[in-house]
Amino acid sequence: MRRIRFLVIKEFKQIFRSRAMLPIIFVMPILQLLILANAATFEIKNLNLIIVDKDHSQFSRDISSKFRGSPYFKILNRTFTNTEAEDQMKLRNVDIYLEIPVNFEKQLIRESSTKIQIVVNAIDGSKGSLAGFYASNIIQDYSKDLSIKYGIRANLISPNTDMKQIDVTYSNWFNPNLDYKTFMVPGLLVLLVSLISVFLSSMNIVREKEIGTIESINVTPIRKYQFILGKLIPIWILGMFELIFGLVIALLIYKIPLLGSPWVLISFAALYLIASLGMGLFISTITDTQQQAMFFTWFFMILFIMLGGLFTSIENMPKWAQTLTYFNPIRYFIEVVRMVMLKGSGFYEVRLHFGVMAFMAIVINTLAVMRYRKTA
Amino acid sequence: MKNAIEIYDINKSYRNKPALKNINLHVEPGEIFGLIGPDGAGKTTLIRILTTLLLADSGTATVNGCDIVKDYKHIRTSVGYMPGRFSLYQDLTVEENMNLFAKIFGTTIAENYSLVADIYSQIEPFKNRQAGQLSGGMKQKLALSCALIHKPDILFLDEPTTGVDPVSRKELWDMLKKLKKEGITVFVSTAYMDEATLCDRVALIQDGVLLSVDSVDGIINSFRKKLISVKSDDIYRLIGDLRKLDFVEKAYPFGDCVHTILLDSEADENMILDALKNHNHINLSAKQVIPTIEDCFIDLMENHNG
Repeated sequence: MRRIRFLVIKEFKQIFRSRAMLPIIFVMPILQLLILANAATFEIKNLNLIIVDKDHSQFSRDISSKFRGSPYFKILNRTFTNTEAEDQMKLRNVDIYLEIPVNFEKQLIRESSTKIQIVVNAIDGSKGSLAGFYASNIIQDYSKDLSIKYGIRANLISPNTDMKQIDVTYSNWFNPNLDYKTFMVPGLLVLLVSLISVFLSSMNIVREKEIGTIESINVTPIRKYQFILGKLIPIWILGMFELIFGLVIALLIYKIPLLGSPWVLISFAALYLIASLGMGLFISTITDTQQQAMFFTWFFMILFIMLGGLFTSIENMPKWAQTLTYFNPIRYFIEVVRMVMLKGSGFYEVRLHFGVMAFMAIVINTLAVMRYRKTA
Repeated sequence: MKNAIEIYDINKSYRNKPALKNINLHVEPGEIFGLIGPDGAGKTTLIRILTTLLLADSGTATVNGCDIVKDYKHIRTSVGYMPGRFSLYQDLTVEENMNLFAKIFGTTIAENYSLVADIYSQIEPFKNRQAGQLSGGMKQKLALSCALIHKPDILFLDEPTTGVDPVSRKELWDMLKKLKKEGITVFVSTAYMDEATLCDRVALIQDGVLLSVDSVDGIINSFRKKLISVKSDDIYRLIGDLRKLDFVEKAYPFGDCVHTILLDSEADENMILDALKNHNHINLSAKQVIPTIEDCFIDLMENHNG
């Protein structure tokens, strides 16, 4: 035990002495949370819109002003023909255009039904579908206005339309305002802790190999497990510190709710860190230089992050990719963080996650230690 | 008393390329044993096997009476190892490095201070400096101090004088002699043949094969051929001319003269002077000399190659 303590102390000395470490530990989490939480948004605003108004009626102007009032759209132009709108779309200057047909108002009053065409630029798929969704919402809204404003007056619009309509409203549980920050920040926190722990552990151990200090250590009576623990304990402590540090930022700056117990979160993070340190250790056993370790770590981290459910919802992935995510520790951590913070889940609700993570921690660490014995 | 190191039939290959072939060797307790050979001869491999950092393919060895495979834990507590490459923590200070290694071995700097005092006192003024910022010679002293901090029974040094200035080199050898007086067995490898004379016994190694193991005097005495030192103003032409003579085995430059080994024990320096009479050498002279250890090594190595 005493030896491990010396090694841990030595490790901390080295970590805090290195010029790059302090910024990594303190500046990186703040920057990541400040920049990414604000930039990595799923909301789309300022969609460029052209209205092709072939009707020039009161109604068509009403629709236009409805769009003008929306924060999602910016009306670039109003024209009379489709040609200009199509040209602009080909030049990618416009995301969506709206065609209001001739006799729009007349038909609406006479037959109480008409058609509006929405043409969406779907080069960016998610942006396109959101644009279409927002536009049809506004038009639906407008049709409601019509019945309220003009419904009583002279029965110009068929009374059937608003009577049989099913009005769908949403209630967003756990994130009532669909605030993407509430959704992103806990996930970013997970990425932060994962990056720090895997990178530090893989590179730190390889460094000893690269510089040759491991030679000096290997001829001493230090046992392998003592050396490994001496390396991993400091990084584990740093990882926990990062998590709590980031959590405080999330709670204070972004006012993310923490409905569940922080202890559930902290104990899951403790387990998760053991697994991710094991991964770093494993990478360090299959590489000889810090550069190799970094490439390996990046390769795995990119996979895990992209399949982690933060940037792409797991439910939207193809079946085979969903299966892959079951082997992804980040997936479980993100789920737990969201469940605990936003849903207030307790130990009982995330017991499966705990089980899987414990299993992963055991498997990866066993593999790593076995390989470590073989190579060094 | 039993031997400090005993090596039996050690073989080691890297990817089918043999690095050590049937090494048999013993080192007596309390002696300075030199392992001498050119780069790539297998010196580091042998030291790494003895310090339990590397497993041999076959063969056994004991260090301090302990088997290098079964009792590796005992060996690690009782030997000191100074690798050829500086392997201490460059981002820790001199004192922190010393303390770390002292603590690992469960001792303190104060406890064995007398053993390292000579060299450590020289770097002590810089004890708060990070090891990476020390000069080459000081790094070497720190590495030696760290390797000695637990008062090992056997000290392994892998090319400690490579790239070290002549003064530090001499200091290092003085230190090794002092350690010998303390009863520590020293196993040192070097590529410098002249350092052989500073060892009690030496082993010459080349291409993974031990060519000769003996004391320096023993090796010189076993040199049976006649060695003639020939001198002239045009050394380069002289070597060429000497090599053409049928009674000369080989001729090679040695300092400012040419050392010539004769094939025929009947031949002598006068035959050389006779043979070169018509070659217009200015200031030609030749005399028989007692071979140095370097002459013996060159002879052994060339015979091995041939």
